[in-house]
This record gives sequence, C-alpha cells and structure tokens, in this order.
Amino acid sequence: MRQVQSTKSKAQMKTRPSAKKAAKKPSVKKTEKAQAKDRALGLLPKNQVLQMMDLMVKSRVLEERLIKVYKAGDAFFWIGGPGEEAFGVPLGLLTNKGQGPAYDYLHLHYRGTPTLIAMGMPYLESIRLIMNRATDRSTGGRNFANHYCYPEWNVVPVGSPIEVQYGMAIGTALAQRRRKMKKEASGVTIVTGGDAGSAEGDFASCLIWSSRPGNELPIYITVQNNKWGISTPFSEQHGEKNVADRGKAFGIRTNVVNGNDPIESYFQIQGDLDYIKKNTRPVLTEFHVSRLYGHSSASGANRDSGEDPIELFEKRLVDSKYVAPGFVKELWAQYDVESRQAADIARSEAGPSKDTIWDHVYADGENADWRKF
Amino acid sequence: MANMAQAIRMALHYGEKNLGVTDIFGEDVGAPLGGAFTVTQGLETAWNSPLDERGIVSTAIGLGLAGDRCVAEIQFCDYIFNTIDLLKIAGNTLWCSNGQYNMPIVVMTPVGAGIRGSVYHSHSFDAWAARLPGWKVVMPSTPLDAYGLMISAIKDPNPVLFLKPKSLLRVRGEELLPGEPAEKELKSMIDAPIGDRSKWKARWPKLGEFEIPIGKGKIVHEGSDVTVVSYGRTLPLCVKAAQELATQGRSVEVIDLRSIYPYDWQMIRESVQKTGRVLFVNEDTEVTNFGEHLAYRVTQELFYEIHARPRVLAGKNLPGIGLHPNLEEASVPHYEDIVHELREVLEEVP
Ligand SMILES: Cc1ncc(C[n+]2csc(CCOP(=O)(O)OP(=O)(O)O)c2C)c(N)n1
Ligand SMILES: [Mg+2]
Repeated sequence: MRQVQSTKSKAQMKTRPSAKKAAKKPSVKKTEKAQAKDRALGLLPKNQVLQMMDLMVKSRVLEERLIKVYKAGDAFFWIGGPGEEAFGVPLGLLTNKGQGPAYDYLHLHYRGTPTLIAMGMPYLESIRLIMNRATDRSTGGRNFANHYCYPEWNVVPVGSPIEVQYGMAIGTALAQRRRKMKKEASGVTIVTGGDAGSAEGDFASCLIWSSRPGNELPIYITVQNNKWGISTPFSEQHGEKNVADRGKAFGIRTNVVNGNDPIESYFQIQGDLDYIKKNTRPVLTEFHVSRLYGHSSASGANRDSGEDPIELFEKRLVDSKYVAPGFVKELWAQYDVESRQAADIARSEAGPSKDTIWDHVYADGENADWRKF
Repeated sequence: MANMAQAIRMALHYGEKNLGVTDIFGEDVGAPLGGAFTVTQGLETAWNSPLDERGIVSTAIGLGLAGDRCVAEIQFCDYIFNTIDLLKIAGNTLWCSNGQYNMPIVVMTPVGAGIRGSVYHSHSFDAWAARLPGWKVVMPSTPLDAYGLMISAIKDPNPVLFLKPKSLLRVRGEELLPGEPAEKELKSMIDAPIGDRSKWKARWPKLGEFEIPIGKGKIVHEGSDVTVVSYGRTLPLCVKAAQELATQGRSVEVIDLRSIYPYDWQMIRESVQKTGRVLFVNEDTEVTNFGEHLAYRVTQELFYEIHARPRVLAGKNLPGIGLHPNLEEASVPHYEDIVHELREVLEEVP
C-alpha cells in the first residue's frame, strides 16, 4: 500500500543525523564563526538545524499542496498546520516513536502535519487522506484532512471534537505510569490542541487527573496558542494571561514559549520530556504559534498575515551563513515537485466502495447490521 | 444465592484475576465504599476517580487505546449524559481508524426506576444506548446472567455498555454461579463489613468461567398465545404477569432479551411466528424507544403472520420521574400495566 518515494527529509538523506543522539548531547561547540550572532543556533549540530529547516519546508509545501488540492476541487475540506512547523517539527523529532505503552503516545489535534512529517510520513499518505481515497491508511476515506492515525507510531486517531484528546490522553498516560512503576519500559503521553479549546472541561479534566497526589501522570500537555478559535479572538474570551497559568494551581510545571522559534521549541520540548520521564509528572507548555491560512477551507484557506516561522528561520540561517540565500527556495521547488507527483498518484486512485460502510463497526469482522442479526 | 451486585463483583474479580482487567474505576468505586451499590467492594484493581464523568469515560478510552482492559463506572446513568460525545467516539474509533484501533472497554452504570430515586436516580439509558453504533449494550435481569454477561463484556474487543437494573441489584438469583459458596458464607467472604473497613480484605471463592454470549436472548417462560420481550427491571414483572395469565388459561412466552445491541432477532422472530402476537416492554421513555425499533421490524418482516398490532409498553415521555410513588408508578411500566397490555394484545381481533 505504501509505494512511497521518500520517507526521509532531504537533509536526512544527505547527512543522516540522529536526532535522538543529538538531543541527548546537544553540542555547544560553535561550528561557524557567524553563529556568534545567533547563539541559539549553535546549541544544535548544524546538520540538525538544517534538518529542522528542511522538515519545516517539507511540511509547509505539503500543506500548501493540500490547500491546492482542495481548491482544485479534489477534496471536500482542508484543515491543517501551516504556521505550527516550528513547534510540530521538533515535537516529531523528539518523540520516541513506536507502538504500545513503551513508546510515546501522540494525541494530536488537526494541525499535526509538521509532527507527522518529522516522524517520516510520506506525502502520498496525507494526500490520500484529504482526497478520501480507499488507500488512505489513516481512515480509509472516512475522515477529514489531517485526521491522522498511525498505530505503529502511537498516533491515535485524530478527531474533530475539540479537546477530547486531553481526556483520552489521561488513559494512555495511566497505562504508561503503571508500567513505569513496575519498572517496565514506558514512554510518555503527548497531547496537542488549540487555545480556544482549552475552555472545554476536558482541559480541566486533564490537569486534575494528571496531578492526582501520588498518581501523577507522565503526560506532556501542550497548547498551541494561535490566539484564535475560528473567528473569535482569545483576548475576548480568556481572562487568564496565559493558558499555561492554569496548571500552576495543580502544582504542574508550566511554560510559555515562542513556538515560532524551532530552536527554542526544540530545547523546551526536550527539557520537558526529560523532566516528565525522570519525575513521572505532567508538564504544561503553551506554544505561541501562527495560523497562516486561516482556520480551514471554511474560511477560504487564504494566506493570512502573521509571523511566518519558516521565513524567520530562513533569515536566521542566511544571516548566520548556514545556507545561501537561495537555499530554501530551491528546497521548496524540489518538495513542490514531490508533492505534485504524490497528488497525481492519489488523484488516480479509487475511493472506498459503497459496500464497505459496515466494515469495522465491530472488531474482527463481526456483523453490526441489524438487518442481518 | 448471590444477588446481582455480588454476582457482578465476582465477575469483576474473575476479570482482574483471569482476563487481564487492569482498572475498575469511577466515583467511590474503590475502598472504602466499593461503589454506590457495593458492586466493586474488595476488588484489587478498583480505585476512586475524581468526580468527573467525562474524565472517567475518556480515561477508559485512553486505556483502551493503550490496550489495557478496564471497567469504568458512571455512578448513575442519569449522569452519563454529559459524556455522550465521548461514548460516540468510543463507538466510532475502530470505524474511523478503518479497523486500526480496537476499543476494548466496558462502561457499567445503574439504570432505571424502582428505588424511589426521584428525578435524577431513575433515568433509563437503553434507548439512548441503542443509538450508539459501535457499542454493544447489555442489561441482565438475573445474577447469573449478570455474571456471564460481564465476563463476555470484558472479553469482547468492542466497547460494551453494561446496564445494571438498579432495582434488581439486591435480588437473589435462583441459579448458582460457578464456584459460588452457600449464601451466608458468601456474604462473610465478599461483603465489606459495616464500620471500619481499613483492614478488611475480600476472600474470593474459586470462581469458574461462565459466559453469556452477547446478542443471545433467553426464553424464560414458554408460551404459545403471545410473546413479551423485555429486559432489566421489567423482565421479572413480565414473568409474574405470564404466571398470572397462565392461571386464566392464557399462555405467554417471555423473552429476556439480555442484549439490546446486537439483539437476538432470530429468537424474537421464531417466537412471534409461533404466537402471532407481541408486546415489547421497557422503561425508557416511549418516543423513539428501542421497543419501537423491534415493533417496526416485526411489522416489516412478519406483518402477514401476526394477528394483532405489535405494541410497546414503555416509560411515559416525561422530563423526569417524580419522587412520590404515585408519580413513579404512573410514569414507568409496572406489573398491572403489563397484565393489562398483555390482555389487550391477546384479545385483539384482527
Ligand atoms: C466540541 C467542538 N465544538 C466546536 C467545534 C467547531 N470548531 C472546530 S475548530 C474550532 C475552534 C478551535 O480553536 P482552537 O482550540 O484555538 O484551535 P485552532 O483551530 O485555533 O488551532 C471550533 C469551534 C468542534 N470541532 N468541536
Ligand atoms: Mg486557536
């Protein structure tokens, strides 16, 4: 099913850096003089910095392709994560991916493309999803764009109801805590979602259940604050200065960071995950991010103003002479070709057939159609 | 004989010992109370959760995603309504993931009237539950069925909603559970003492495995003139009505459906083909009631074989069940109503 061109980013193919190894021992050695201007860049090996740039572009090009696919009439709806790359890519790189409680669980919202791209999702799989093809390996043509499901990476099904993932995350974290207490291999649970959704009770549930005295959970509670819930500004509905402040009442370690800076995000996520693993306690971190194409196709999916994390990062890399001025443009063009090819493949594929509607209502092929009881 | 609360408790114990149950949780489910109806006393994996129904159901979903086996409790079904979207998610996870994530969870909750529970301790949930595709829904009326259905629910790879008819939880059964000791001995072994329980531990009998397959009903009273299909609290009332009518020479067949979804259509069909008359009895509200679906199906598939209109006797379509016995009895089916309806179906001339 997955006859895919590349699962690795261009930078990965060129340099094959090990993100995890590097994450454990961040090199503080300056590799170039120019880094004196931008000390933060020098905290990561150069190939890893380039890898992040590469993956951010790779993710953005895919999202823009998804939008084009929608606008060309090849999809019914688009929603996704352009503007969240500087948060989502480091998250994907730092996730310990695998299946089952020994690995990290990801309860993502519908802006998770950067994370999936960083984990190695091929373009074709995302495009099949938005085009609701039978080959869509996440939902079989049943659900919207960016509603990913990758059991082999513990990416549990992304849903449309806002905030419910913050409640379900309690359960996977509890399963992991149990294993940790038995000294078995166990990962952490990571949950992502928007600022407006934090008004739902499920967010409060997550804070309460993850900080029960003596039963604290290994859970990374993150909020991607783009300051909007569709058309409603955060500032009109929320009296709290930061969403993350709400964690303080529960003794949860909280942070507010610039999620448009991939280096800052990288080290924040790395430090948070280390803390969670070491202490079996939750962390709540709020990442300020951009929403660069509006809420979804329902609001037009047109380019909005707002800080572009890719432009900002590119400028830093050019200023620090990590890359030549045309580097990102060229990368963009390469990925654009790849995305178009993937779209062409998906376009030629069939949708699910009508007789499949009863498939997987119950496990193991058990009939769920009352006409046949 | 064990009562239904003890039977479910023993099934849960069997589940944590033999079927990999890792968590039995909900409000006041752990020590010292062991559940508002004592169903979870003495269980090793039982624990108290925050007072948060959405948290309870979503935690169960997360445990299911991780492949752990849990039984979550909503203290009264009257308080399950703010979790309805989560129940939908539990029911659609396998389908939405195109077969990639099973949801092997059990949610149990006491339902129905009969304990003078007033507006918020008398609701039913079977009609709502029947509208949650992807779930299996069961409701026992005897301790032995409760034991066997809970074991099947735990083993099932799908989400199972286990509805506990609260007015039957204290009623003793007529059949022994596999491994069940004598009544007095059982009580001293598995019922928590009144007062200080801090040092108490249950002593469990050596229980045997026993499954009631989900989707299978049971003919609990054979008859040939009319079929009555029920489950939960109203089931024993139907049996009593059948016994009463037998003394008047009328032969009533009583089916305990036991599973609301999937349901035992073959059993209903064969019985109605034999009797030509049918009454469906349950206590959820009457508009868009599960019995209506069954009556509709009888009309569609057996229209030319029946001699009377299929009927549904259910709770009145009211916003609540009042506390005063007059109010409660006028709101949900009781014994006289069932006898009356059965007579009407029997006497109907086509
Ligand atoms: C429970 C629920 N209510 C309403 C909606 C409709 N809806 C979809 S996205 C959205 C806004 C979400 O805003 P936020 O949580 O900030 O996330 P963002 O989209 O900004 O990333 C709303 C109201 C929904 N999907 N689910
Ligand atoms: Mg937002």
